[in-house]
Amino acid sequence: MVKKKTILVACGTAVATSTVVAKAIEEALEARGLYVNIRQCKAAEVPSLVADADLIVTTTPVSVDKDIPVIQTLAFLTGMGREEIIEQIVGYLQS
Amino acid sequence: MEALEKLLVKSAIVLNYPAEDAKDVVTELGRHLFEAGYVRDSFVQAALEREKTLPTGLPLLGGINAAIPHTDVEHVLKPGVAFATLPQPVTFQNMVLPEEEVPVRIVFLLALDEPKAQVGMLQEIAGVLQNPELIEDLVNANDCEDVIDIIRNRGLGQ
Repeated sequence: MVKKKTILVACGTAVATSTVVAKAIEEALEARGLYVNIRQCKAAEVPSLVADADLIVTTTPVSVDKDIPVIQTLAFLTGMGREEIIEQIVGYLQS
Repeated sequence: MEALEKLLVKSAIVLNYPAEDAKDVVTELGRHLFEAGYVRDSFVQAALEREKTLPTGLPLLGGINAAIPHTDVEHVLKPGVAFATLPQPVTFQNMVLPEEEVPVRIVFLLALDEPKAQVGMLQEIAGVLQNPELIEDLVNANDCEDVIDIIRNRGLGQ
């Protein structure tokens, strides 16, 4: 069995934006039969949590010193470019 | 949009507010939330501080842009949403590109105490932001009842 991948979802305060983004990603991936661990955090917490992550999706700039993909996007809030971002996430998860 | 409708604070719906700037509209909405007992007196300052480093301006599809200022849970007494429309846009910085300016005419000031419990409301706000017709209707709303109607009747099934 393949180990579930972990997506770190970051925003400024981890109360509003990342809640929406995490839920939207979870639903979009589940609709494609993909199950992942999603962890929500503040942008400032990214450096301490990045070790366990396979992908970061963030709505605010983050600094990452690990070689993993970072998707910086408002697509899950504004709807603009949403499908492309989901495809991008799926692509990273399957690579 | 039941969750959003339930959390909208009627006394904190301010339409056609002639805001001088982003600080002005956040302060005005925050004052209403404070007077209605939703937030502590530290809330406005905390939301303004947060906006400086972690801005919340969102460029939207229809060209009428929004901002969703909010801050940490310790400044909140109970969950609620304040709402403003602005006849003239004020400048917020872009959430994802803080150096970029976003002219904003719709503001949702969010008082959140437990994000997981309020995910329904947050998704509904995202639903509003993603719907240019709804945003246009909101910007043209003339009274608080219009806003409630728009959110109640036109938010669903789109």
